[in-house]
Amino acid sequence: MLSYALRRVLSAIPVALIAVTVCFFVLRLAPGGPFDGERALPEEILNNLREYYHMNEPLVMQYLRYIWGLLQFDLGPSMVIKGFTVSQLLAIGLPFTLMLGFTAFVVATAIGIVAGVIAAVQQNKWPDYVLVLAVMLGVIVPNFLMGALLQLFFGVYLKWFPAGGFVYGSISHLVLPVTVLAWPHAARVSRLMRGSMIEVLGSNYIRTAKSKGIGERLVLARHAMKPAMIPVVSYLGPGLSYLLTGSLVVEQIFGLPGIGKYFVQAALNRDYGLVLGTTVFYILLILVLNLIVDMVYAWLDPRVRYH
Amino acid sequence: MSSITKKDEVMEAYTEALERLDAPKGRSLGQDALRRLIANKAALVSIIVLGVIIVAALIGPHLTPWDVAKVDWGSIRKPPDFAKGHFLGTDQNGRDLLARLFQGTQMSLMVAGVATVVSVVIGITYGAVAGYFGGRIDAMMMRFVDVMYALPYMLFVIILVVVFGRSPILLFVGIGALEWLTMARIVRGQTLTLKEKEFIEAARAGGAKPFTIIMRHIVPNLTGPVVIYATLTVPEIIITESFLSYLGLGVQEPLTSLGTLISNGAAVAEALPWLLISPAIVLVSMLLCLTYIGDGLRDALDPKDR
Repeated sequence: MLSYALRRVLSAIPVALIAVTVCFFVLRLAPGGPFDGERALPEEILNNLREYYHMNEPLVMQYLRYIWGLLQFDLGPSMVIKGFTVSQLLAIGLPFTLMLGFTAFVVATAIGIVAGVIAAVQQNKWPDYVLVLAVMLGVIVPNFLMGALLQLFFGVYLKWFPAGGFVYGSISHLVLPVTVLAWPHAARVSRLMRGSMIEVLGSNYIRTAKSKGIGERLVLARHAMKPAMIPVVSYLGPGLSYLLTGSLVVEQIFGLPGIGKYFVQAALNRDYGLVLGTTVFYILLILVLNLIVDMVYAWLDPRVRYH
Repeated sequence: MSSITKKDEVMEAYTEALERLDAPKGRSLGQDALRRLIANKAALVSIIVLGVIIVAALIGPHLTPWDVAKVDWGSIRKPPDFAKGHFLGTDQNGRDLLARLFQGTQMSLMVAGVATVVSVVIGITYGAVAGYFGGRIDAMMMRFVDVMYALPYMLFVIILVVVFGRSPILLFVGIGALEWLTMARIVRGQTLTLKEKEFIEAARAGGAKPFTIIMRHIVPNLTGPVVIYATLTVPEIIITESFLSYLGLGVQEPLTSLGTLISNGAAVAEALPWLLISPAIVLVSMLLCLTYIGDGLRDALDPKDR
């Protein structure tokens, strides 16, 4: 197990390095720059700005400087929001974004697993059909549209939940955003869970367990759950990365105070520093989370460790 | 000119008869798949609905009583009004929503088409080259694909927006250039098995160059997965495009797309709900149809069922 973990960590390092390199050079190749405003700045000021951000140096030097900074956990400065570093901006917005993403992750995974098991046990009965419909809606309807429709019906017409904004400590403000974010993930998890559970329930050792006279529920809990979880766990890594990036969007829709607002603004203003910093941060975060998921996977399915 | 013996006519009649005789004909893969696709009701209905949407988007703009850019000063922010010819109502600028919807659907379809073609071309080429040459080249090329998978997709799309800025065509070429990863994996896998087949060996023995073998002998055998994958890529790109437009990073006014319309509609949905509802219906039904067609194609082309 330990050697497997070590191998996985080591193989993640080149991936991180290449991903960061691709992002850095793609962004630097862009025409125009963060200092192109409505009015053209005088040449001297532009030069000073470029010098301040080291943009007058050769590209390779800038790249090495950036990597060196990263090794010291420095994500660089924002080039449009003056006086802030990317790390400072992340510190402001990120706690909320991560909170939203993880809440949705926990809610969606729990609902998805339970719904998948119910649908598998009640195969081809009405709970199964309800699930198929919910899954279809979750996968087809894009999250921004789902957000707008839920806002309109539950926020404006029915007034069950606030349509947007956020007040600290208020859970009702989070219901709609979490629903929008969690739905597609729950849909995929439940579909995987249903499929693998049906397969497991059809296998010989489950029949043996049942024939020993163990109750239906105990068979599910003791014997069927762990092996049936394997495909679900393998989806949790991509799922989590989807939820954490999706959170940026959902914040935009509902006007929530996360990092999403800064990120979209940065993309509009060509704030290379902030876009690059946020993306690099996300890449590293997702790689770490994927590593954790891989570990859980190896624990569930020992065969994986020997590949 | 007919000859004395009427030889030509006789020959003609004979060949015609021969053609009609035409011993039991084998069904080709394509015909077989088509027959099964049509037998699939969900897929058939989807094809018809999608066809109607596409035709409407193409010829609709010529039939609407109001032009896209024309402002009807008498009815600004009005709900559907059949007497005036605003069948879906008007927006805040007094523009006819139906005309805008046609224009937006056209844009979304065009974008999806461009990006899908780009992704399919890159995916096939990359995958076929990696699979055909194998060994170290294959390992390096696929390692790069793995790394690209690690990038958060949406963030990278937004980076491309920053790079390509306000040129919609370039932007969607860029999105297509991101969507090829899965395609490349599928094609590589298929190529690995195909290149061991006898007909490839025969081609190589005949002196065909690797490029010719890939283009003439391998790529045509990949039609099945490529068609399925392309059908499933189209809705993905429509979603990406409308999402970018929703954030204000995609298609810009005066052009419009379904995402832009939904974004505009969502902002005022409380007072003018019709601006949100009709583009939403068009978008969702397009996505639904494309998904069902993709599923239908996958079943129809599945070699296991044949």
